[in-house]
Amino acid sequence: MDVIFNQLFVGLSIASILLLVALGLTFTFGQMNVINMAHGEFIMAGAYTTYVLQTAFGTGLLTLSFGLALPAAFLVAGTLGLILEFLVIRRLYGRPLDTLLVTWGVGLMLQQLARDIFGAQNVSVSAPGVLNGGMEIAGVSLSYSRLFIIAIVALVVVVIASYMKRTPAGRRMRAVMQNRSLASVSGVRTRRVDRTTFFIGSGLAGVAGVGISLLGAVGPTIGLNYIIDAFLVVIVGGLGQLRGAILAAIALGMANSFIEYGTTASVAKAGVFLLIVLFLQWRPQGLVVQARRGLAS
Amino acid sequence: MSTMAKLLPTGTPRPSAFLVRFVIMAATLLLVAPWLLSDFRLSLLAKFLCFAIIAVGIGLAYGQGGMLVLGQGLFFGIGGYAMGMHLKIVDAGEGQLPDILTYSGKYDSLPALWKPFSSAWFAIPMAILLPMAIAALLGAAIFRQRIRGPYFAILSQALAAAFVVVLVGNNALTGGTNGLTNFQSFFGLSVTSPSDQRTLYFIVVVVLLIVFLLTRELVLGRYGRVLIATRDDEDRVRFLGYDPARVKLFAYVMAAGMAGLAGALFVPVVGIISPALLGIVPSIEMVIWVALGGRTVLAWAAAGAVIVNWAKTSVSEQFPSGWLYLQGLLFVVVILYLPKGIAGAVEHIRAYIGRLPPTGGLRILMSSGDRPPKQAAKPNPTEEAA
Repeated sequence: MDVIFNQLFVGLSIASILLLVALGLTFTFGQMNVINMAHGEFIMAGAYTTYVLQTAFGTGLLTLSFGLALPAAFLVAGTLGLILEFLVIRRLYGRPLDTLLVTWGVGLMLQQLARDIFGAQNVSVSAPGVLNGGMEIAGVSLSYSRLFIIAIVALVVVVIASYMKRTPAGRRMRAVMQNRSLASVSGVRTRRVDRTTFFIGSGLAGVAGVGISLLGAVGPTIGLNYIIDAFLVVIVGGLGQLRGAILAAIALGMANSFIEYGTTASVAKAGVFLLIVLFLQWRPQGLVVQARRGLAS
Repeated sequence: MSTMAKLLPTGTPRPSAFLVRFVIMAATLLLVAPWLLSDFRLSLLAKFLCFAIIAVGIGLAYGQGGMLVLGQGLFFGIGGYAMGMHLKIVDAGEGQLPDILTYSGKYDSLPALWKPFSSAWFAIPMAILLPMAIAALLGAAIFRQRIRGPYFAILSQALAAAFVVVLVGNNALTGGTNGLTNFQSFFGLSVTSPSDQRTLYFIVVVVLLIVFLLTRELVLGRYGRVLIATRDDEDRVRFLGYDPARVKLFAYVMAAGMAGLAGALFVPVVGIISPALLGIVPSIEMVIWVALGGRTVLAWAAAGAVIVNWAKTSVSEQFPSGWLYLQGLLFVVVILYLPKGIAGAVEHIRAYIGRLPPTGGLRILMSSGDRPPKQAAKPNPTEEAA
């Protein structure tokens, strides 16, 4: 029984990280059909923001610097996203495969930039005292930093969901996602909505970076570890679907955790990939599908 | 009218002009390069030409077929490991364990995975057939469900990533992150001797030229036309009675086989195969060679592999950190401003000069994979729903 609880918690923890990383992608990919491979580097920017704030404030004010890091990382990564959108991506709408290659190139430059600024060595972010240690429930030890990440994800999901549901800007965003031309002829300025979406999506990557900085060392290539898995979450969940992304992240996290138990991490990785390919045989468009007419591609 | 003129063959595709260019290129590679270059540079060139074999495959699947194959490192790696295992076993000698297997102390005799690779008759075909089989399985599963575009790209990439994790995870069997290295001989040739490295170079050149010619035949033939049509409008091809899944699958499988073949040649030429050569990063780089050279023209795709890697070597020799900036910038500039790569630039220059005749048979293939906005002037009703 303990084993099951333990694996459940591990799975939930993996799921929370996957979701945090994939949330931003599901909007940029879903709404704009842009495959932003530099998303991983925005995560890195968020993680380094935490590090910079910590070094600036010193060890005495860990909790404060960490609290500040969340909005700061959102802004830093979001701004990077805006710049990327302005300089590159807006020239490439309708060419999704090309956005993939271009943003990968941008990612390479950002990695090298991080290497030149912070050094090739990994740096470490120390968790604030509140997050050290953990608690034990039903024989399972839950570390506070993992619980904290789950809490961030829950918060982000609630904020995003209410933003999309309740605010006019969120409604415009959904409108563009569902039918760009119709939104456009109804007076929605789709280009401006795109920019906002890209800002939010990239900013979420920054928030993810803050969470990930709690889990291990921060290095220039930290984003690479997450980007592919995040895209898999988006594919399994369905494009631009918050609900789909949540379900997919939980499913992949749990699959990973339970396959890994009793086998190895590498078997789990291959097994999850196999499951995804099989799943796509059943639902090629992902878990949650937007109803569409015609030969939507 | 102009689109029709582009689609239909206008007269004969001038084989003579192609033949002249091909002979010049072959002569340069076979005669001039070995005479001009030092041993070290020549074996570097051999390495780049192995990459060019992969690039021809990517040119077929991505340039002509429109499938963004981001996981070619996987197939390259399988080819490399198949050959590597065979060479390791031969180096160790009869009844002896290859050094890589002794480190863990787990094995007394050859493990089941290694055993069949002691025969060259198994190892060499497998270096090509195994990648093709894997591509066929993955491709069939994906294309049948009409999963395309970016989805396919990400899935093919995830497979390469998973393969690397498996390789590193089973380090007792595969050498882990170090991979297989320290090879001594390759079918009687000494891998370390300069003169035998020259022989290897000639083998690579000949294989590349054959692969290129065969692929070119394929692209210029009936199949190539259907493949390009599938790239440009998959639904229309389906309505005409073809099965786009099968058309795409064939190109993907061929590309996988070429990458496997390149891996098998790479091992004796370079003397190492390791996970770092075939993960996500190298796999995307492979596509960039092709994009930079010119994705729609096979010869330029192959040339792209050599040009990018040559630039990488010379720039990193001078400024180690400069290359990464330059590489990133190349990606951006080429895709944004030169969607047809160097081939497109050359074509522009030709048109500008105006005196030179346009290139021969491959010219009709010069419409780009992801149509640039200029050509997509005609609104496509099916795309509006997307």
